[in-house]
Amino acid sequence: MKYEAIVMGTSLGGMDALRAILTVLPKDFLVPILVVQHLSARSDGFLAKHLNHLCKIQVKEADDKEWASPGCVYLAPPNYHLMVEKDGTLTLSVDEKINYARPSIDVLFESAADTYRDKLIGIILTGANGDGAIGLRRIKERGGLTIVQEPETAESPIMPNMAIKASKVDHVLPLDDIGQLLNRLIRRGE
Amino acid sequence: MMKDTRVLNMDNEDIEINLLVEGLFLKYGYDFRNYSKAHIKRRVLRRLSISGLASISEMLYKALYDRSFFEILLLDFSINVTEMFRDPNFYRALRREVIPILKTYPFVKIWHAGCATGEEVYSMAILLKEEGLYDRCQIYATDFNEVVLEKAKEGIYPIESIKEYTYNYQQAGGTTSFSDYYMAKYNSVIVDPSLKEKIIFADHNLVTDGIFGEMNIILCRNVLIYFNKELQNRVISLFHESLCHGGILCLGSKESLRFSSCEEKFKAIDLKQRVFQKKFGI
Repeated sequence: MKYEAIVMGTSLGGMDALRAILTVLPKDFLVPILVVQHLSARSDGFLAKHLNHLCKIQVKEADDKEWASPGCVYLAPPNYHLMVEKDGTLTLSVDEKINYARPSIDVLFESAADTYRDKLIGIILTGANGDGAIGLRRIKERGGLTIVQEPETAESPIMPNMAIKASKVDHVLPLDDIGQLLNRLIRRGE
Repeated sequence: MMKDTRVLNMDNEDIEINLLVEGLFLKYGYDFRNYSKAHIKRRVLRRLSISGLASISEMLYKALYDRSFFEILLLDFSINVTEMFRDPNFYRALRREVIPILKTYPFVKIWHAGCATGEEVYSMAILLKEEGLYDRCQIYATDFNEVVLEKAKEGIYPIESIKEYTYNYQQAGGTTSFSDYYMAKYNSVIVDPSLKEKIIFADHNLVTDGIFGEMNIILCRNVLIYFNKELQNRVISLFHESLCHGGILCLGSKESLRFSSCEEKFKAIDLKQRVFQKKFGI
């Protein structure tokens, strides 16, 4: 199998979009998934609990320096940036906001692109600002595979449109197809 | 000489960053070698794009020969984003679980390690005042960076942040009006001078300096996340040695003791808010 990790970024409308994708993935999914969903700094971990309840694959908020293991979805905690180190452990930071956001999608995508290079899949979903566009371009530059939710089907098309404008994206797909594509790409023995 | 085949296939950029960090240590004694590499890389690349320099190797050259540029890098690497009453639920846990313990002491020594620009130190001072403990306390607030330490001493913050701080204060269980604790002037607020009476600001580097007094409580929130596991272990041992028996250690809400050889020497008082107590008699 070519890929070692998946990163996803989303903002407005992200909860439904994440649910649509993550609920079709199997419990023993073979790679870790790192997610930035823009949230209020004051939210309380509800999203991870909610998704974990609905999905077969495990969903949790990322803890500092934990190893990103296969079969688990790690959400950036509210008010922290999420990054991944070269050894595959997760790092949090309280650095200044990027694109008015903490967590910022660009911050996650850039560090993941450095770590996983051409073994990374980057995905931008519905959202109402431009965070993630630069990060997705970085993933593409390093040889990774890039996917963007079809803007017409997104609750807010701004984030997908900005990502599509910033680089040549590999796949532009409606939500249902994204989950299926991931299941095809991430399979044992390929 | 044999070629070492164990050498990893490192990016040039990462090699350059390692050399930069090594160079800063050899030249100036500041040790960032065990900081999170992802964090250092972000900061270095950001400075590189602002500086107009062509490469990280050029940054190293400039940092070695131009002290003022090194000072800029030092500020880049330090952690200087904080807010008053960040994580209000943590301060509620302090009031509920820790203040009753502190009230049993005739005198309370508090260490705020990595205090940055001081917002959380003043938050603690406010809480202690409201709990009637402030006059019995001595707070040591330390950071390795003189520039941020100077800001912490001044206690002057932009007025735009006050709305959020007031909200945090109320959520944290504040008992009066937050405006009692600052004076507004032009576009800034300055903290009430009485909050500074019991605070000593001092230069201390968690990476290279030793233990710090016999403390009743140590607060070090959202600093360890910038370190790798080995350095986290070292610093938590340092905290363990610096605490009295039964002393309290407060970490950031996503930090843990799990990479520490001292994990068993603490018990959790409030695990969710990361409030720990050093066990007696070990």
